[in-house]
Amino acid sequence: MKFQLNILNNGGDCCGSDDSREKQCGNHTGCGGCSDAPDASSRRQFLNKASTVALGSFSLTLLPMSGDLLSDEPSPDDPDGAPADAGSRTADQSDEVVYGFLVDTERCVGTGKCLTACREENNVPEGYARTWVERFVHYKDGTVQVDLVPETGFAGSDVPPIAPGLVDRAYFVPKLCNQCEDAPCNQVCPVHAAFTSPEGVELVDPDRCIGCAYCVQACPYGVRFINPETGNADKCTWCYHRIKRNETPACVEACPVDARVFGRLDDPESELRKRLAAIPTSVLKEHLGTHPKLHYVAKSGEVI
Amino acid sequence: MHASSFVFPNDPHVPWSIMIVLYPYITGLVAGAFVVSALYHVFHQDVLKPVARLALVTALCFCVFATLPLLLHLHHPERAFNIMITPSATSAMSGFGIIYNVYMLLLVVEVWLVFRPDIVALAKTTNGWPGMVYRLLSLGDREITKESRAVDEWLIRALAIGGIPAACVLHGYVGFLFGAVKANPWWSTALMPVIFLASAVVSGIAALIALYLFFCWRRKITPDADCVRAMSRYLWVSLTIAVSLEMLELVHMAYEAGAEWHAISTLLTERLAISYGVVQVLIGSVCPFLLLLLAVRPRLNPRWLTGLSGIASVLVLVQVFAMRWNVVVGGQMLSKSFRGFVEYPLHIGGREGLIAAAVILALPFVALIFASRLLPLWESGDKHVLSSKPFQPANTGNSLTTGTLTSVTNQQRTMFNEEDTADTDAFNYGAVMRNEHV
Ligand code: SF4
Ligand code: SF4
Repeated sequence: MKFQLNILNNGGDCCGSDDSREKQCGNHTGCGGCSDAPDASSRRQFLNKASTVALGSFSLTLLPMSGDLLSDEPSPDDPDGAPADAGSRTADQSDEVVYGFLVDTERCVGTGKCLTACREENNVPEGYARTWVERFVHYKDGTVQVDLVPETGFAGSDVPPIAPGLVDRAYFVPKLCNQCEDAPCNQVCPVHAAFTSPEGVELVDPDRCIGCAYCVQACPYGVRFINPETGNADKCTWCYHRIKRNETPACVEACPVDARVFGRLDDPESELRKRLAAIPTSVLKEHLGTHPKLHYVAKSGEVI
Repeated sequence: MHASSFVFPNDPHVPWSIMIVLYPYITGLVAGAFVVSALYHVFHQDVLKPVARLALVTALCFCVFATLPLLLHLHHPERAFNIMITPSATSAMSGFGIIYNVYMLLLVVEVWLVFRPDIVALAKTTNGWPGMVYRLLSLGDREITKESRAVDEWLIRALAIGGIPAACVLHGYVGFLFGAVKANPWWSTALMPVIFLASAVVSGIAALIALYLFFCWRRKITPDADCVRAMSRYLWVSLTIAVSLEMLELVHMAYEAGAEWHAISTLLTERLAISYGVVQVLIGSVCPFLLLLLAVRPRLNPRWLTGLSGIASVLVLVQVFAMRWNVVVGGQMLSKSFRGFVEYPLHIGGREGLIAAAVILALPFVALIFASRLLPLWESGDKHVLSSKPFQPANTGNSLTTGTLTSVTNQQRTMFNEEDTADTDAFNYGAVMRNEHV
């Protein structure tokens, strides 16, 4: 089974139980600084099993189908948390954890704190970005100016200020990995180095990646890059190492205005699900059929 | 609505360098050269006899080095074999290992079969280390009977037939690699594999014309006018098809004028104005089209024919390189924000620099020169060399004379070249011509 494209239409019965809400992380402020790779041993275990079964000919896009293989060891930080142990799984895997993300462009004020937090959390090399914030300025003469919010925010930066009298409207748009449900980056990887975690997070296996950069080409959102230090493909993982410990991604934690919302798509009681149900949202480059799990509130048509 | 220039922050690091331009260029030459040899072996285009062997060996020499640019490009070349050990069925790229190896094997076997009589003959007559090489290559065979040769010929034909789809897959899949990237509107078209295939055939024929003329010049012999004319015709036809397809794709994009057309038209008119407009279209397509049109006129003086075809071939080779460049580099200049462009910094040195690229491109030619010394590339169809009875090697007592006739030593060639080579008909060497399609 692939993750449902439209979680909201699944009906509450197949989603997590009440206690799944408790697994939703609050603000864990004391756990930062860890940049451990995702649980490598369990992943390799899965890869081995998958290779045996599929003789190297099935894509890991089918991974969620066998998510229990990947995560049959409960996380130490989340002993009863999803994914639960394989034995208690129902056939439709209703206790599957699926993460989602919401960006509220009406709230973002472009402080750039999320960018600094990400760089520190994930050791992002200079000149590359796992996440960034775009500033859109619609001038009265019909032109649209787009530039990048510096990581220090606008205060003290050399980004030209805008004259309010000339402007119709302006807003900020944070960008990060869309964790596409039908991720082209995963599809094109020739060696299964790009793979999907059971929670629907697209990850890169640093021991398998050959550095061909095909995934970089295939990502429509410019999210991936080849890390010059490791030679591997690199990208935003929604801080997988943190969310496995029931923390929120570093950028979410750093945002002073809650413009970034992270949560469980499979939990109807999560704030994310409630907001997705209550307000109109959209995704980036929807026509490409990548089915992002990153949703935007009040995204203007110019934002791509 | 006008939009200011803006590129996504990771886009300036153009991930695919000139090495990825070279890779389709080289595999295109392989596929194209093979098609020429298949025209002879499968479709009995006897007029191509003088270049049939050259075509096969050229394909092999280029194929040997096709992986080099990829290895230089990979950030983890030490893990390159992962592509064969743990291939992903959903990735177009993962087919590379199998496709390349199958094709390489096919080429090696076919070349060996075609040259087997020569190798066996040379194994008997050559001393020193070259003799050892021949004896090794002959796999211990000392005699080639008519029966075994008949089997060879059957196999050669079978491999040539099988090689045509293999060549199409080898190069079509390279086009698919680009055509299936929906993130990039400059690449994403179902026409891409067809365009790549057509331009592969174009580059293969052009390379063979240029190489044939080069080798004739080096051997100081007159090129076979019929052969050059026939190849020029094929080149003209395939160039017309390839350029039509390229233009069709462009016109289609422009006419549809989808959301990204604005960015693509700016890319073409501003960023690729020279490499696309001037080099690929004007110098590389229009000029050779007209030159070839002149060259293939039936009564044209052979000197003019070879001159025009030679120039056109070189221009076409430049066109195909420009086409690869404009696809690979051009596609990456377009930021995925579709609001701006990035520059591709072409470095001189380094693993993916200009010097490395030039060396990679030169290597197949070095290999070809080496192969031309090792194997008799010029068949009996090449009247000047093969028909000189006085220089027939001593081992004509073989059950099959093919090999011995084609294996003319350098010394013999030099002696022959001292004679008047201009008046070829005066020699009437038809007696030693052979009819086999090998
Ligand atoms: S946004 Fe790009 S990197 Fe992220 S999952 Fe989608 S295609 Fe892959
Ligand atoms: S760069 Fe690595 S992750 Fe990306 S496609 Fe190549 S092998 Fe896969």
